[in-house]
Amino acid sequence: MSTRAVLTGVGVVAPIGIGTAPYWRSALAGRSGLRRLNRLDATCSPIAVAGEVTGFEPATWMTNKLRVQTDRWSWFAMAAAEMALADAAFKPADHPNFQLSVVTASGSGGNEFGQKEEQALWAEHPSKVSAYQSIAWFYAASTGQISIKHGLTGGCGVVSADGAGGLDALKQAWRLLRRGSKAVLVGGSEAPLSPFALTCQSTLHTVYRGQDPDRAYLPFSPHAAGFVPGEGGALMVLEDRSHAAERGARIYAELLGHAATHDAHHHTAPAPDGVQLARAITTALASAGREPDDVDVVFADGAGDPDGDAAEAAALRRVFGPRLADLPVTVPKSAVGRLTSGGGALDTACAALALRSGVIPPTAGADEVASLERYGIRLVTRRLRPARLCTVLVVARGTGGFNSAVVLGSFE
Amino acid sequence: MQANGRRVVVTGVGAIAPGGVGREAFWDRIVGGRPAIRRISRFDPTEYRSCIAAECDFDPVAAGLTPQEIRRNDRFAQFALAASAEALLDSGLRTGEEDTERIGVSLGTAVGATITLEDEYVVASDHGRLWEVDPGHGMPFLYRAMHPSSAASEISLRYGLHGPSGVVSTGCTSGIDAIGYAFQAMKDGEADIMLAGASDAPISPITVACFDAIRATTTGGDDPEQASTPFDKERSGFVLGEGSAILVLEDLDHALARGAHIYCEVRGYDNRANAYHMTGLRPDGYELSEAIISAMCEAGVRPDQLDYISAHGSGTAQNDRHETAAYKRALGDHAYKVAISSVKSVIGHSLGAIGSLEMAACALAVDRGVIPPTANLVHPDPECDLDYTPIFAREQPVRHALSVGSGFGGFQSAMVFSAVLSAAEAGI
Repeated sequence: MSTRAVLTGVGVVAPIGIGTAPYWRSALAGRSGLRRLNRLDATCSPIAVAGEVTGFEPATWMTNKLRVQTDRWSWFAMAAAEMALADAAFKPADHPNFQLSVVTASGSGGNEFGQKEEQALWAEHPSKVSAYQSIAWFYAASTGQISIKHGLTGGCGVVSADGAGGLDALKQAWRLLRRGSKAVLVGGSEAPLSPFALTCQSTLHTVYRGQDPDRAYLPFSPHAAGFVPGEGGALMVLEDRSHAAERGARIYAELLGHAATHDAHHHTAPAPDGVQLARAITTALASAGREPDDVDVVFADGAGDPDGDAAEAAALRRVFGPRLADLPVTVPKSAVGRLTSGGGALDTACAALALRSGVIPPTAGADEVASLERYGIRLVTRRLRPARLCTVLVVARGTGGFNSAVVLGSFE
Repeated sequence: MQANGRRVVVTGVGAIAPGGVGREAFWDRIVGGRPAIRRISRFDPTEYRSCIAAECDFDPVAAGLTPQEIRRNDRFAQFALAASAEALLDSGLRTGEEDTERIGVSLGTAVGATITLEDEYVVASDHGRLWEVDPGHGMPFLYRAMHPSSAASEISLRYGLHGPSGVVSTGCTSGIDAIGYAFQAMKDGEADIMLAGASDAPISPITVACFDAIRATTTGGDDPEQASTPFDKERSGFVLGEGSAILVLEDLDHALARGAHIYCEVRGYDNRANAYHMTGLRPDGYELSEAIISAMCEAGVRPDQLDYISAHGSGTAQNDRHETAAYKRALGDHAYKVAISSVKSVIGHSLGAIGSLEMAACALAVDRGVIPPTANLVHPDPECDLDYTPIFAREQPVRHALSVGSGFGGFQSAMVFSAVLSAAEAGI
């Protein structure tokens, strides 16, 4: 991949902060955003704990006209896109629009909007379905709206690979840069906390069904009891390096490598041997021109259920061998829950922030000794400034067997 | 990592389409120009503005799906599994004898598992009575319906494929884009073989109602078979369809080494967004023409070499004129000479799936030297003054075929399939 791709802007909407600075402060403090579900309409839900975005005001980010035409999941993406562009000091209007693109990962689309329209159809009449259902619910809505809002006419894309999709979006964005785009808004978001969406997720046996936010999502812990769904996500500006240099952009990190594999093992459970996950990691490292020994920290997928954690630990052992016991591993998503399509994007944003600041955020709720004993994984339990922080590995998996890995490097 | 010299060919075609299941039934239907459109039978459409659709007569058991696969997969995923099976069988590949780490899946879908989601919603909400739905009614596999990527993983799982797998969901260009992403992944050396295509099964109350709401679909008049009339001045909207096509994309050398039948070569692909309107199109067709020019440039194909265009041809006045303008801008005088047709006149518009079915039609057109017609094109719109191949198929060599797609969100895509030429002929 001869075109070098760098991250020049980050925008975040997360349960622990709206905006990059508030998010990063919370992430470094290990402050958890997992709560008993606040929504008044979730009292029947079998899922009581979630990572909910609170205090999000759509009016801050979009016109009322646009708000009523779009779902909450697109609001997050549109807001994060605004933030990422502002953070990158990138004004799309200053550049030829055919060289600008947007790629989002999208998992479940416009859940709340869709449920409202289904209700109108079934409780009232088919003619009561909104004219906006056709553009609000479908998985491509966020990409389409962002493209229109910012005048991006390059090859725009939408990918979906459950929790791995956020990393796959980066791959597609990189491809667009190689094909002539100069900047791509890339990332993902999800808003799966409306009643029917919660019902859908409750059919996964790995979801946490208890009531205690402090024990709800503990990746690599002996007490791991499942995962907690969350909402939000991140968008970033991925830019051609020379283009970024010419305009004097501040650079967070360089995208060095990506690879994806599939377990083809079971329709929900990951392969216990971690072979394909390990192959995604080694292939991503090879494409980055890096060795396992170069990796300074792993942003792990952190399923939060014993089988998923064991499979990931097995994969990491395959890649890193005995060094794994000394390698910092962090799961910052333990503070926000699993955001599906937003998860890989938010982890990448977090890794970019870590590379620029030289500080690794902790895994909220982690017990270093217990995770080391149980899985041989040395979780970062409080903010850590390592001697060297140049190469970061981000791992993401999706239900059904998707494995993706991204390698980011500090930019000199 | 990049292997730009690599050539990618189509060695297998599987199709589930209205009017007959399987590749040959699909081909016969579109070549015969016999519309497979009828009154909706999947639910009672009496209360809807548009009561017609192009439905598939699909039997998952006959298609070889296991009871488990049928139970845990929505109709759209079942289509994709069945089309994958046919494509693999057609290719002669035995996945057990191949390096499965080098085989991937790229599946397009616009709306995924709407039928399952809606059926389950109706029960859980007591026909819309409850906003806080009864969680006890979640069927065991509902999470899989919520995430369309489950269909791609189902294909990987069925054949033990460990290469990259995922869904592309760019609305109505999903089919072309999914094949395009697979093509690019192979050019980048990420896989040697990809199962690439798309699937949609959107004939559900919510989808019919949402197109009713914006009057995008035709009510169809008296005769459903004459309802889909792209490029005809009497057209009045598109007809919703369903289906799936999966292509086996294979490295040329790999295909030659095993003596595979090669339908065509994937030569070029690109896409653009119009950044204009979620459903509206710029009258000048600018971004679509840019996608066409870029795809043809990558393919190394000049406008005058183009023998066939599989049009988007949805049968809305806005689209048909937008598309006509795009061809004129991209191809110049040759726009008036090349044969163009819309198979949507026969099999309707199956949203994300249709792009894959149209690429399958292009692969077969190149392979068999036949151009399928635009059915029902009796009164051409004077503003659509190109050769839209009315009524009757044409037998003629197709060396280079272009397919285009255009969809909600403003997405515009184009792809070029060519007869396999020698490297010298191809200018590679």
